[in-house]
Amino acid sequence: MAKLGSALFNRLVIIIPYAWLLFFFLIPFFIVIRISLSETAVAMPPYLPVFDLASGFGGIIDNIKQFSIDNYIWLTEDALYAKAYISSLWIAGVSTFLTLLIAYPVAYGMAQAPNTIRPTLLMLVILPFWTSFLIRVYAWIAILKPEGLLNQLLLTLGVIDQPLIILNTNWAIYIGIVYSYLPFMVLPIYSSLEKMDHSLTEAAQDLGCTPIRAFWRVTFPLSLPGVVAGCMLVFIPAVGEFVIPDLLGGSETLMIGKTLWNEFNANRDWPVSAAVATILLLILVVPIMFFQHAQSKADAEGR
Amino acid sequence: MKSLGSIRRSFAPWADPKSVPFIAVKNVTKRFGDFVAVDDLSLNIYPREFFALLGASGCGKSTLLRMLAGFEQPTSGEIILDGQSLAGIPPYKRPVNMMFQSYALFPHMTVENNIAFGLKQDGMPKADIAARVDQMLKLVKLDKFAKRKPHQLSGGQRQRVALARSLAKRPKVLLLDEPLGALDKKLREETQFELMDLQQELGLTFVVVTHDQEEAMTMADRIAVMAHGKVVQVATPPEIYEAPNSRFVADFIGDVNIFDGTVSSAGNGTVEIATQSGFTVRVASAELPAVGANAGFAVRPEKIRVGRDRPACAPLNAAQGEIWDIGYLGDMTVFHVKLKDGKVIKASSLNAVRAVEDPIGYDQEVWISFDENAGVVLKD
Repeated sequence: MAKLGSALFNRLVIIIPYAWLLFFFLIPFFIVIRISLSETAVAMPPYLPVFDLASGFGGIIDNIKQFSIDNYIWLTEDALYAKAYISSLWIAGVSTFLTLLIAYPVAYGMAQAPNTIRPTLLMLVILPFWTSFLIRVYAWIAILKPEGLLNQLLLTLGVIDQPLIILNTNWAIYIGIVYSYLPFMVLPIYSSLEKMDHSLTEAAQDLGCTPIRAFWRVTFPLSLPGVVAGCMLVFIPAVGEFVIPDLLGGSETLMIGKTLWNEFNANRDWPVSAAVATILLLILVVPIMFFQHAQSKADAEGR
Repeated sequence: MKSLGSIRRSFAPWADPKSVPFIAVKNVTKRFGDFVAVDDLSLNIYPREFFALLGASGCGKSTLLRMLAGFEQPTSGEIILDGQSLAGIPPYKRPVNMMFQSYALFPHMTVENNIAFGLKQDGMPKADIAARVDQMLKLVKLDKFAKRKPHQLSGGQRQRVALARSLAKRPKVLLLDEPLGALDKKLREETQFELMDLQQELGLTFVVVTHDQEEAMTMADRIAVMAHGKVVQVATPPEIYEAPNSRFVADFIGDVNIFDGTVSSAGNGTVEIATQSGFTVRVASAELPAVGANAGFAVRPEKIRVGRDRPACAPLNAAQGEIWDIGYLGDMTVFHVKLKDGKVIKASSLNAVRAVEDPIGYDQEVWISFDENAGVVLKD
């Protein structure tokens, strides 16, 4: 009886994550796809057809027959969307690269630090999360604006004689994304560096590598899983980022998050914004699936 | 192998005052903060020697090895390799290679790339690298495993890859940090002999760090027994075992019985010690301590006879006691004999015949005895 109970318990434990994915990812995702196949209407909700369970099975079939891919065709006809996707990927890519450039040395330093101060350093990396994300992005406005802290400092030091225009440019977006997502890059890299056997770099040096070569031939390749995980954790949310480009970016900044917001709120065009979201998901998920497939294949070959 | 054995027997450059040491460690001290890891240590290691640094953990043997490799710099003193001072030379420029205790194989590289790693750093032509890797793989009998990654190998195979990698650059000296520590007992014993043959074949100088005295005894030409950052004794395995220079060495290497007492007479190459166990020991000794001085007498268990009859030499070199414990090990039997004063001594005897009539049993009264040249005098 107890055995049966524990078997049941094991099943339930497995069900929890699946149920979570079903209710909070899969079902909402299908709702989004379903809306993207509808057409706009001046109504509430603002699209047609609307499923009515009262109309019975036949009614639902009729509704499904009204679905069309017009919204997706529309996305290809207006260059705005393609530009927004490309610009988002570009901004996210540059930001991810810059984040990596800063996060790697930070993580490396943390992994080299004495055991006694590592918990403190970890704490410091996580500390910014204790303040609201929105407030921290607003704070950057105060720092970056023409009469802001950064320009005042540089003017006082005499480094520049004209205030730098950073706010409302792509550079402000890069700064905002790098700042906001830095911990997501630092932590996975740190964890891959931290568990590395120190004698590996010693062995590399023993075999004739200078410390710098030992880093590139041994330490860096072995930290790649952490680098890849960190890049994904930064790149994926950065592509769809809305708050940072909206607050720090300029009017000409084109990012898919802002486009989506405009379609949804300003134009009240739910079906087009649902199509925009679906395409965004495909752009992100398909390459990641290929990557993971290649990864697991490489792993299988290694074994 | 027979010819190698005979070369080995006559190999004793340390006994020849004209021979020049290959590695000379001169008054080397290494401090970590307040802790003195290596304390004013001097050593000479000769070309083609298999030299073992033996000691308990924390005795400074690994620190000394790391100073030879270049991972640590001496606080004071100097290390000279083949006539050249190693001071300030970084690890990647030293003509020595190290085999790490953890093996430190690069997990993202195949076996052949691990072995080729050091050769690539030297900018060796590709064809030469391939040939050398091939040769190393054959040497350690891993030719079939060239394309595997380290995690696909057994512990013994990994050990051999580590060995091949550290030998690939043909170093002047190979440093081995607990090379067999991660292997199980049987494999360890086999590998000991493989290492010895390999060292003979390649004609290299090996310096091995170990805490396992059996390993050091089997493999090394000479052993340096270390304690608290100092060398206590440097000698060949038989000398270390049969003529330990101190209580520490006698106790550290193998099993030993030590009798404390005072010197009652000394002269004509023999010393007599009145032991606290109530009998007198007469021992052949070149060194003669002063009469009346405190001294110890160390004798190994296998040199003590156990019998029911009073030995001819009694009362010298003989004492009465009762059997306290018997350990039957197959090849030999270990007796724990409790003497009259309560001291328990160990004696072992070979089981040369299969069945002994009326063997010595528990609680029996017995005599222990030994020859005049069975043990050594330890001065305090």
